[in-house]
Amino acid sequence: MTGTGEVLLRVVGLTKAYPGVVANSDVSFAVAPGEVHALLGENGAGKSTLVKMIYGLVKPDGGTMTLRGAAYAPSKPGVARQQGVAMVFQHFSLFEALNVAENVALGMQNPPGMRTLASRIRQVSQDYGLPLDPDRLVGDLSAGERQRVEIIRCLLQDPKLLIMDEPTSVLTPQEVDILFQTLRQLSAEGTAILYISHKLEEIRALCDAATILRRGKVVATCTPREKSARDLAEMMVGETLTPPARSAKAKGAVALEVSGLSVPSPNPFGTSLKNIGFSVQKGEILGIAGVAGNGQDELLLALSGEVRTARDRIRINGAGCGDAGPNERRRAGLVAAPEERLGHAAAPDMSLTENALLSGAVRKGLVSRGFIDWAATRDFAGQIVEGFDVRTPGIWVAARALSGGNLQKFVVGRELSQAPTVVVVNQPTWGVDASAAAAIRQALIDRAAEGAAVVVISQDLDELLEITDRFAALNGGRLTEPRPTQGLTVDEIGLMMGGAHGMEVAHHVHP
Amino acid sequence: MDLTAINPAVLIASLMVAAVPIMLAATGELVVEKAGVLNLGVEGMMIMGAVYGLAIAVEAESPVVGFVAAAAGGAALSLIFAFLTQVLLANQVATGLALTLFGLGLSSLIGQGYVGIKPPPTPRLDFGPLTDIPVLGTILFRHDPVVYLSVLIIAAVWALLKFTRAGLILRAVGENHDAAHALGYKVQRIRLLAILFGGAMAGLGGAYISLVRVPQWTDGITAGAGWIALAIVVFASWKPWRILLGAYLFGGITVLQLNLQAAGARIPVEYLSMSPYLITILVLVIMSADRGRAALNAPAALGRNFHASR
Repeated sequence: MTGTGEVLLRVVGLTKAYPGVVANSDVSFAVAPGEVHALLGENGAGKSTLVKMIYGLVKPDGGTMTLRGAAYAPSKPGVARQQGVAMVFQHFSLFEALNVAENVALGMQNPPGMRTLASRIRQVSQDYGLPLDPDRLVGDLSAGERQRVEIIRCLLQDPKLLIMDEPTSVLTPQEVDILFQTLRQLSAEGTAILYISHKLEEIRALCDAATILRRGKVVATCTPREKSARDLAEMMVGETLTPPARSAKAKGAVALEVSGLSVPSPNPFGTSLKNIGFSVQKGEILGIAGVAGNGQDELLLALSGEVRTARDRIRINGAGCGDAGPNERRRAGLVAAPEERLGHAAAPDMSLTENALLSGAVRKGLVSRGFIDWAATRDFAGQIVEGFDVRTPGIWVAARALSGGNLQKFVVGRELSQAPTVVVVNQPTWGVDASAAAAIRQALIDRAAEGAAVVVISQDLDELLEITDRFAALNGGRLTEPRPTQGLTVDEIGLMMGGAHGMEVAHHVHP
Repeated sequence: MDLTAINPAVLIASLMVAAVPIMLAATGELVVEKAGVLNLGVEGMMIMGAVYGLAIAVEAESPVVGFVAAAAGGAALSLIFAFLTQVLLANQVATGLALTLFGLGLSSLIGQGYVGIKPPPTPRLDFGPLTDIPVLGTILFRHDPVVYLSVLIIAAVWALLKFTRAGLILRAVGENHDAAHALGYKVQRIRLLAILFGGAMAGLGGAYISLVRVPQWTDGITAGAGWIALAIVVFASWKPWRILLGAYLFGGITVLQLNLQAAGARIPVEYLSMSPYLITILVLVIMSADRGRAALNAPAALGRNFHASR
């Protein structure tokens, strides 16, 4: 529906600066009714700030917006919603302890009574092929179902413009297909969609137009179907990317062996692990895929030793260590980097030196007779910063002060620098820009080439396909049989990840 | 020991009275915690309410004015807490503890001129012939208005949290303040109002001690009731009606041990006096044994300060 000359939203010269960073600088673009418009850019390119200004969460420093020809300057999200702008957030917008209907009501300006609302939720969710029970607690829903809650919350207000911030990062490939059907149906009904992503194939499949952002500036506009994914990537990153080089060395003896591992989740809304078994050889990378909340965090806790189990369930180099704590496992050669960087992998208010000590003390021998060897610790931290290209003013800065990507490089680097025999990482490149992600992946491959057994837990399928030798998926706390990565198709992977959780049916009823 | 001296109807009637202060304070704290704020200053706000209530009631010669002043006094003290934690983002635990210590000291200073003075009596509500119904009349229809008010407030808080949009927003703020902010709700303002309500309720509860339960002023008159109120919120797993249950349980044990003392039980008085607190600890331990379920009911953002970032 592009090219009719009609414009729904026009953004002219939008600018927003934070202390030290210009998030958006002179950004302009226009969206037509019914158009699916992509905002493409790396993490930190300013996409989120831009849509937050359109949704009234952030006040622009300069520039103007017009909606249907009239001046538009929402002072708060409520005003934006009244004018027909709705937003599906990437994080932070659902309440786990409240039920679906209550969550929907909180996102509406004037919600009807709970009973009317519940029946409208059922109605709309069926119409758009997103079945949902309004009485269920959101904490019990899968990631895909949670997203449906957000989408339905928006749809109930009959939006003219729907903003979607990275909607597919938590979905299986099948669920992505269903989401796209829903979005195409909305677009055909005249709703414009502003689609934020850094996944190029999705944008090529779905979007009519794309605005590409880099460091807060518009660097290109294009029709994504006419460009190759590689063109788009280079426009987005601004440099040529080299894919990581894999080694073809022979695999060694089994270094990590897990059998019959069942662990109850320590979190009330977590997923318990059920009878997990796999083994990893020296020099091998095992990828574990799965939609968030299917037991990834629990698996990392069980492997790192934060959650203990029976001795024989986990063996490192043949020695049982299921009942050992993290330090004993480090001594045995296993290092782990959890997903949550601040507060789990690193202590936010402690310096990089201190953080290096926290996990490196055992294997690097940084403590003797109860006293810390600060000189050796500083050397160790310096090696990590240098070896993994961590951009920081120095090793004395607090972990909190580093950007996400740099801290991730530090955390992964810290573990890999301890000459481990087994490496376990969860979401190694989550929220990390493309060049840092490439560096982290290369480091994992190098470590494996040096003879470590590596387990990579990730939601990023492209990443897993790129670096792993074998591939398994977590689904509801169960692990599928690992299969060689080479030759796997996306459909097979989707089925391993649990398919579409019964979503197909509704779209057959309302095609 | 003469157990026949204990009349069950009178016992129940007096446990209802004994439960009022902690019930009021706990209801207020429940609302505060539902909004995601942990105010450990309940004891301080209660005792400020107690001293304000007594002083103003004596000066104005009216218990009603005293109760209103007590609520205002408790709210005023909680305003300090709100300013420190919501505006200056001070640590909630430390600020709450400081508030208690401050309240204990200030109340002692204000109360100096009122030691030994009897406040004007709070009249019972007159239910006419209903009062004379055997047993039931004693239990239900011979109380002062605050006893009924405290139950009404629990009912109102329950209905507010369960059925109204305001209650839903309050719970949402306590559950996930980032999400509430992203949806456009004023987290700080909502929390401020909740804290003020909590302060007013604690003040009211404190005044009930100094105007009705004890009726006079002594230093440290609340004797840990604020801490019990905090414990009862956990005991109730943040559900209003269970506050009633918890407060009556605690009140019941308090009254029973007093009666046992009067009846000449052969247990040292010290053990009887500590029994309500011991049983509170015991119940909390049992409640917390099922960690998963208890964590499910607790507001997820409890005690965490909110700061709107980008």
